[in-house]
Amino acid sequence: MTPLTSQTLIEVLYLIASILFILSLKWLSSPSTARHGVLAGEIGMVIAIGGTLLHRGIVDYKWIAISLVLGTIVGVPLGMVQMTAVPQRTALSHAFGALCVTLVGTSEFYLRSPDVPRFMMSVLAIEVILGSLTFTGSLMAAGKLQEVLPQRPITYKGQNFVNLALLAVAIAIAAYIVVHPGAKTLFPAMIGIPLVFGVLMIIPIGGADMPTVISLLNSYAGLSAAAMGFVLDNKLLIIAGALDGSSGFILSVIMSKAMNRSFTNVLFGAFGQVQPAAEAGQEVRAVRTASAEEAAQILSAANKVVIVPGYGMAVAQAQHKVRELYDALTKRGVEVRFAIHPVAGRMPGHMNVLLAEADIPYDCLVEMDDINGDFPQTDVALVIGANDVTNPAARTDPGSPIYGMPILDVDKARTVMVIKRSMSPGFAGIDNPLYYMDRTLMLFGDAKGFVNNIVREFSGNHG
Amino acid sequence: MGSNLIDALFIFMLAAFIGFEVIRRVSPLLHTPLMSLTNALDAIAVVGAIVLVGERRSTVSTVLGTIAIVAATSNVVGGFLITDRMLKMFKSSRPGKDRAPSSGSKA
Repeated sequence: MTPLTSQTLIEVLYLIASILFILSLKWLSSPSTARHGVLAGEIGMVIAIGGTLLHRGIVDYKWIAISLVLGTIVGVPLGMVQMTAVPQRTALSHAFGALCVTLVGTSEFYLRSPDVPRFMMSVLAIEVILGSLTFTGSLMAAGKLQEVLPQRPITYKGQNFVNLALLAVAIAIAAYIVVHPGAKTLFPAMIGIPLVFGVLMIIPIGGADMPTVISLLNSYAGLSAAAMGFVLDNKLLIIAGALDGSSGFILSVIMSKAMNRSFTNVLFGAFGQVQPAAEAGQEVRAVRTASAEEAAQILSAANKVVIVPGYGMAVAQAQHKVRELYDALTKRGVEVRFAIHPVAGRMPGHMNVLLAEADIPYDCLVEMDDINGDFPQTDVALVIGANDVTNPAARTDPGSPIYGMPILDVDKARTVMVIKRSMSPGFAGIDNPLYYMDRTLMLFGDAKGFVNNIVREFSGNHG
Repeated sequence: MGSNLIDALFIFMLAAFIGFEVIRRVSPLLHTPLMSLTNALDAIAVVGAIVLVGERRSTVSTVLGTIAIVAATSNVVGGFLITDRMLKMFKSSRPGKDRAPSSGSKA
């Protein structure tokens, strides 16, 4: 094949891959077509990689083959992690993607310098700055999610100033290199500073903000890949990067809305610090409690039950017991649905995956906005391992740190039952007035054990 | 060169708009698989690394490129694998309804 036609063939294959990538995301819109989407993405990927191997400049396939095999060996276990570990796996894959982009950008610079046109150099600077801060930022996020790093935000005085100053220095260096693309000795600083910035950026962010942070890093990873597409003049890469970037951006907007916070507030706010105001109302207030037997009686007398799962349920590995409860109630003709807050898990949509894994049908999983209107007609709202997303203070108390955050209106149900280990406040350290309401019954105990006891009451009655 | 960059900007702009429109329609139910799938697709950056390694222009670029291929390939393989595992778990309580639109025409 002449060089010209092989180049054209590659472009055509890339075009087909782009179409398949877009279809892949389009088919993800509904669970019934979603798996076609994965298949389309896989075919597109094989076509694109196969086409790339035809590139006329490639003279040596040895290291390509070795690294493709190694990557597969690393990738398979990463694809087989438990569903509770998906958030940290995702953060880790953002780090890997950003690493790839940064390394390729670095090589391109040293191969081309000093003959780099200004526009090209600007894009290359964006590529490596975004890539390197996403790399360390995502590693930090993965570490926090895996709990090898402390989840509590670490803050110090002048933190935002230090971070912004670092970023400003990195941008200044980038601007200098754009004007003087022969400045090879400065290039390592343009990578090193964002690497440090990535670490410092995540240190002050608490575990509860992880859904937003993961989405934002997703967006950065996509944008850095798109920048790499500009540098390499590779349209497929630009398209894939733009798709990933916009996906991450949309998810970050949804997540920050769900927590009633702005991006800047997530990045610079350090949520979850000790709230001195909360100490004021520390008098002991009475709560009503109930046993598993009583809870089972109330549940079996209900027509409509809404279960509100939180991350605590997943931590206690209670989702399979919850499924048994769902089965027992459905068998008795009780209508059971699940109310899913957008930040119920550790990443967007995480709770749905955890419940789907426990074989709970997805049409019983209802998003916050769709179910909130139904709580007044709900006989029992059963809260398992969720706290702040059910806190009515977010609606009623302007002094509360979570005031304005959209919540599940659990307090409007006829009876509220909360399975909780103890009265200790939740992740954000905020007291929850829901627990002191007359219609609220506290079910103290481990989520898995307590649900199991309720289920046992049901089967006992049958036998 | 200049017109290439402008072309690239057009492509980026159009792809971003398509991304917004397509991804806005993804059900919140599937946001986790969405993120793992876009991640796998994003690892198409591997093609840049493949060319870099294959051209063997310098030892440094070969070494960096090899690491880059390993990182991106693990995202491709792991990303598609976990996305499919997750999507396999999503089942409807009305099994027939799930396939009605596609199998209806065949029947």
